[in-house]
Amino acid sequence: MHNLQFVEATVVDGVGLIELNRPEVLNAINRPMVTELVELMTAFDRDPEVGVMVITGKGRAFAAGADIHEMAGDSPIDLELLDQFADWDRILSIKKPIIGAVNGFALGGGFELALACDLLFTTETAQFGFPEVNLGVMPGAGGTQQLTKIMGKRKALEWLLTGEKMSAHEAFHFGVVNRLIAPELLLEETMKYAKKVAKQPPLAVRLIKEAVDKAVDYPLDEGMKFERKNFYLLFSSEDQKEGMSAFMEKRSPQFKGK
Amino acid sequence: MSDTILYEVLNGVATITLNRPDKLNAFTHKLNHDVRKAVKEASTDEGVRAIVITGAGRAFCSGQDLSGVDESIDHGEVLRNSYGPMVKEIDRCEKPIIAAVNGVAAGAGFSLAIACDFRLASEKASFLEAFIHVGLIPDAANLYNLPKIVGHAKALELAILGEKISADEAKELNLVTKVIPAAEWDQQVRAFAERLASMPTKAIGLIKRNMKAGWQMDLHDYLEKEAYGQRIAGLTKDHQEGVQAFLNKRKPEFQGQ
Repeated sequence: MHNLQFVEATVVDGVGLIELNRPEVLNAINRPMVTELVELMTAFDRDPEVGVMVITGKGRAFAAGADIHEMAGDSPIDLELLDQFADWDRILSIKKPIIGAVNGFALGGGFELALACDLLFTTETAQFGFPEVNLGVMPGAGGTQQLTKIMGKRKALEWLLTGEKMSAHEAFHFGVVNRLIAPELLLEETMKYAKKVAKQPPLAVRLIKEAVDKAVDYPLDEGMKFERKNFYLLFSSEDQKEGMSAFMEKRSPQFKGK
Repeated sequence: MSDTILYEVLNGVATITLNRPDKLNAFTHKLNHDVRKAVKEASTDEGVRAIVITGAGRAFCSGQDLSGVDESIDHGEVLRNSYGPMVKEIDRCEKPIIAAVNGVAAGAGFSLAIACDFRLASEKASFLEAFIHVGLIPDAANLYNLPKIVGHAKALELAILGEKISADEAKELNLVTKVIPAAEWDQQVRAFAERLASMPTKAIGLIKRNMKAGWQMDLHDYLEKEAYGQRIAGLTKDHQEGVQAFLNKRKPEFQGQ
């Protein structure tokens, strides 16, 4: 990773930590930031030292929306040819778990980035929202789809139609976020959980995430078949043999990710 | 800061004085807004470690200014737009807030006093749930806060019967921390506030945060919350200072960090 301008990256104990780094504009998401973010995630996805990724924002916000100036003058054809959401779509094909640590506002594109994460840990004071409607547009990077799959149609519409902010407690209540954490400890607690996952056998983690993602989109029958294939597949791994031997021999397993 | 309040910071104490003495400091939208802004200012100012809210003249606060109320008013919207944001700002504030109740605290003035963490009452102070006398319910979180202070049965009595409570009666109900003779008022309020301002500010904030959270949680969740709180407190310089002072048998000097 060279010359990262809008994000910062470090690897700590198997956790690839990505920090959005435009605090002076509340980490508003511009196109180069998304490109950097996706390149970084793709690199982490291939890095055997990384088991799980954490995304958070520097400063007071997670990400307060997209950079409006950047797109205000675009025509539909400009947008089609630019195909900016192709970068966003690649986030969905990342194989390793992505944990969002939402430290403040997650609005518009920032909320969509949060929803693209597999798990969300958040401060009790964080706020979520899709203000796009108030600009005469709508979410374009998955907001209407992802929020609806999580909350259901009625609840998702309630917020999407007004652009009003959803409190962290509401988000928690409706299952949009996993945990509410004291602001002072958000990153510490998120990293604790992430490091725990990073110690798990990587192939199992990978295929679990893949199967759970399918559960959201597949009919049950197809999902069950998909799960079973992944289950069988893990029996070709060294980690399965090690894990089961260690269990029978009453010792701790040493996983290799193979 | 504005014409409806006075705002002053001295020795780590921010004093917010409701300043409409000719109207007994009655609330207008502007006054609600200015109190909210002042509390926010004090919350973010690192030089402030305790906040006093008091009234200019002979009243603490007589409640809503009824001169601005006509039949077309939507009472619910007034609460959402004026009182709600003020109460939430006070609730969000992690520094200790003292209501220095210098005179009558009626209606929303009573609500303001019980939204604060401590109440000091001048011997001339009184408290009145005035709402019922105009056919309304106590608002600005009054019915939310009052039973936690005086208990459900007494709160119901006060809210429904609407009888005036003297400073001494308020003390008996644990509604106030202390009743102060008029001659010593300024000096004692200042001493109490400065005492709080010299304490471990972060720990005070965490005590407030956790005690409030406890009302809404089961034990299991609360214990997790408590672990967060103690972890945060354990990382403060004031904790280190407290331990060092104890070991060295000297008085701690807390910096609020």
